[in-house]
Amino acid sequence: MKQTGGWLWRLSLANLVFLYGPIAVLILFSFNASRLSATWQGWTWQWYRALWVNQALLDATANSLWVATVSTVLALFLGVGIAVGLEGLPGRWQRQIEQAMLLPLVIPEVMMGVSLLLFFVLLHIPLSLMTVMIGHALFNVPVVVIIVRARLRKLDPRLLEVAADLGASYWDALRHVTIPLLRPAILGAGLMAFTISLDDFIVTYFTAGPGATTLPLKVYSMIKSGMSPEINALSALFVIVSMGLIGFSLLLQRR
Amino acid sequence: MCINGIRLSLCLLMLLFWGTVACQRTSGDAGQKTLHYFTWSDYVGPELLAEFERRHGVHVVVDTFSSNEELLAKLQGGATGYDVAVPSDFMAAIMIQQGLVAELDATMLPNAATLEDHLQHLPFDPTQRFAIPYLWGTVGIGYDSAVVSTTPDSWAVLWDARYTGKISMLNDQREVFGAVLRSMGASMNTRDPALIEAAKARLLVQKPLVKAYASEHYDQLLASGDVVLAHGWGGPVARAMLDRPSIRYVVPKEGGTLWADCLVVLKSSPRKELATQFINYLLEPQVAARTAERLLFASANKAARPFVPSRILDNPAIYPPLDLLPRLEWMTDVGAALRMYDRAWTELKMH
Amino acid sequence: MGAWWLLGPGLLWMGLLFVVPLSLVLVISFAERGTYGGIVWSFSLTNYLDLLHPLYAHILGQSILLAAVTTVLCLIMGFPLAYYIARAAPRRQGVLLLLVMIPFWTNFLVRTYAWMFILRTEGLLNTLLLKLGVITAPIELLYSNTAVVIGLVYGYLPFMVLPLYVALERVDRTLVEAAWDLYATRWAMLWRVIVPLARPGIMAGCLLVFIPSLGAFLTPDLLGGARSMMVGNLIQHEFLIARDWPLGAAISCLLMLFVMGMMRWSFHAASPGSRQEDAS
Repeated sequence: MKQTGGWLWRLSLANLVFLYGPIAVLILFSFNASRLSATWQGWTWQWYRALWVNQALLDATANSLWVATVSTVLALFLGVGIAVGLEGLPGRWQRQIEQAMLLPLVIPEVMMGVSLLLFFVLLHIPLSLMTVMIGHALFNVPVVVIIVRARLRKLDPRLLEVAADLGASYWDALRHVTIPLLRPAILGAGLMAFTISLDDFIVTYFTAGPGATTLPLKVYSMIKSGMSPEINALSALFVIVSMGLIGFSLLLQRR
Repeated sequence: MCINGIRLSLCLLMLLFWGTVACQRTSGDAGQKTLHYFTWSDYVGPELLAEFERRHGVHVVVDTFSSNEELLAKLQGGATGYDVAVPSDFMAAIMIQQGLVAELDATMLPNAATLEDHLQHLPFDPTQRFAIPYLWGTVGIGYDSAVVSTTPDSWAVLWDARYTGKISMLNDQREVFGAVLRSMGASMNTRDPALIEAAKARLLVQKPLVKAYASEHYDQLLASGDVVLAHGWGGPVARAMLDRPSIRYVVPKEGGTLWADCLVVLKSSPRKELATQFINYLLEPQVAARTAERLLFASANKAARPFVPSRILDNPAIYPPLDLLPRLEWMTDVGAALRMYDRAWTELKMH
Repeated sequence: MGAWWLLGPGLLWMGLLFVVPLSLVLVISFAERGTYGGIVWSFSLTNYLDLLHPLYAHILGQSILLAAVTTVLCLIMGFPLAYYIARAAPRRQGVLLLLVMIPFWTNFLVRTYAWMFILRTEGLLNTLLLKLGVITAPIELLYSNTAVVIGLVYGYLPFMVLPLYVALERVDRTLVEAAWDLYATRWAMLWRVIVPLARPGIMAGCLLVFIPSLGAFLTPDLLGGARSMMVGNLIQHEFLIARDWPLGAAISCLLMLFVMGMMRWSFHAASPGSRQEDAS
């Protein structure tokens, strides 16, 4: 066993370097004083300053935050409902619905974007920030369901039995026993959904209407206009915030 | 307890987010009207709009698109709420035909009376009451004169094997096919299947030499030396000239596209009067001149010329010399033949 | 029962916004395109017949090839990492998994841009290699299928590591110990014991990488220089550029069919029934 240890460890490290390297490079070069080249020409905060005064960018950030908040709250309500409600169904149904929940996460995102676009257009629902929110709430519900159900399965079923024995109704048991026990998972799921919503590009691309430019859409149009250290700076901020939120979320779930 | 600490920090985070969002919303809207401007990603210059915002006490919200087709797709898809859009000439024709464009009140557009001669009363809008030309120019070849030894004068230079891997073409099916068709001596608006097939064959021959099909950052590719020959609109090539002075621009002798991006007010706009005033503002001579200087595209308003700096006026990539006009061609809609171009383009991309 | 009050809104939401739109896609795939890109309602098979053209088979084939290469690379790279994590002390496993997943949860665009920055002619890689004297002229890495594969592998590697880890973690240590005694080389042990035991995880991981890679359109667009047309690009092209929504819908339906077919095949292949043949 010890023989395998050496190269296994090294391979794994190489993988991790591969995963984090580009991000580290991006962040490092957001401080580079040169506009185009990849040679280091001095440390500067100018690109971050340029971001701060870019009104369109700030608008896009506000849009992203707004969409993420609303869609997360919606996804939490709907998702926790499904997750908890599933307990009341026979096992076979539970498994079927759980598997069905995986479907939105597995199909190519371009299909989800395109189908939502068709849906809104044919129902004459004008594209706007709201349609983006609806799209985000759609793919976040399965995420919430999966995370909360994973936690639910680890709960001791005797707790609920005790509550029933003591005379609690279904709703009381829910409010005073199940939900409080699930709180870390719910919070964790919420954070995860929030981050996924902030980062989403493809579904947003197809469903955005006037004034609905979110941060990823703005980054895309910036990238299309060419390389710029401002994009590096924006990316660095994006990455740090996402990592922070997700780290938080995963920590919460592990309690 | 740890959980309370986490909950507290989460609440603070939430408050922080909401605060930022609320700030943005109030600074943006605070009872102000907003004008929704849907334009090309490289037509955005916030300082150019500031004056209008000040004069009328409105906030101009800019959304961008990167191709005419994307614009039409979004509009056909039922996106209402945009007030002013900037389609290219042939797309404006389609939009007018589809009833997406509102008729304008000529009395509110005094600045439109002094358009360049060749831009007045365009075939798709002879009365000039639907689409007002805003910026115009040509499509040609940007090249690095330090690398490309002989001055190119024909589209054929884009097939020159000496520059393999250093050529970029636009990622625009009509423009790319347009260039090939012109190089073959045909019209870029042909509906002849045989000509389209022949054009496709020539493009397939060219593909191994092409580094990328880029409609947006070929100026960067030129400036960084990634490509030495770039098929593109004049404006971005002019931008590349700033970074690398050896870059030049040429419209080949076989001719190419004459384009004019037009300002239209959308029929679904709830603020048509404000939108018309916006169009008039953009065409104001000094505003137009500043636009030309900032965006590096020629203004459609002749009255702007006295205010444009000579380095812009004399740059053929920005202000095309008027003697080029005879060999330039307007791109028009090809109707059902578009399917043939689509299929040919897909085949080209696939190989 | 009270449960239905909870389940109702959520399931209704998913039904309305997931099932209905996808059904719409199916319905539209039988319609026809108007002259200027609208939808002419009819029932015709023209779109599907059009898709029989070898051009589209070729595009699907290319996409499958790229997705397959990506999957295989992810498997080769991800397996050691997953194995390492599975064998690490339980306390460290959580942290390591966190480390693997975090890059995934950051914005895909940003991560793709990072590679553009690194791979371009004046990018980091070429600058470094030139400075170190390893090469004399810059390597043209960006705007090629290679760059696309790198981008896809980078994007989906965590998707491979996670299921692999779950499966490897469940592998009974005693079996592995026994294998050490039975087989002379590490390779034999790996191939004949560990891999078969981890098969469900391998299949899950491959599926989770293959399917999204198949539908990718950003990566070929940004890293591939728009030189190739994968299925994802084609769908986007038909919807937003050619404005032939019925054709785009038909392509989407075929893609869905293919994806579902793959999923069913992989569930079948990973089920206990088929493993009987391997156990010896």
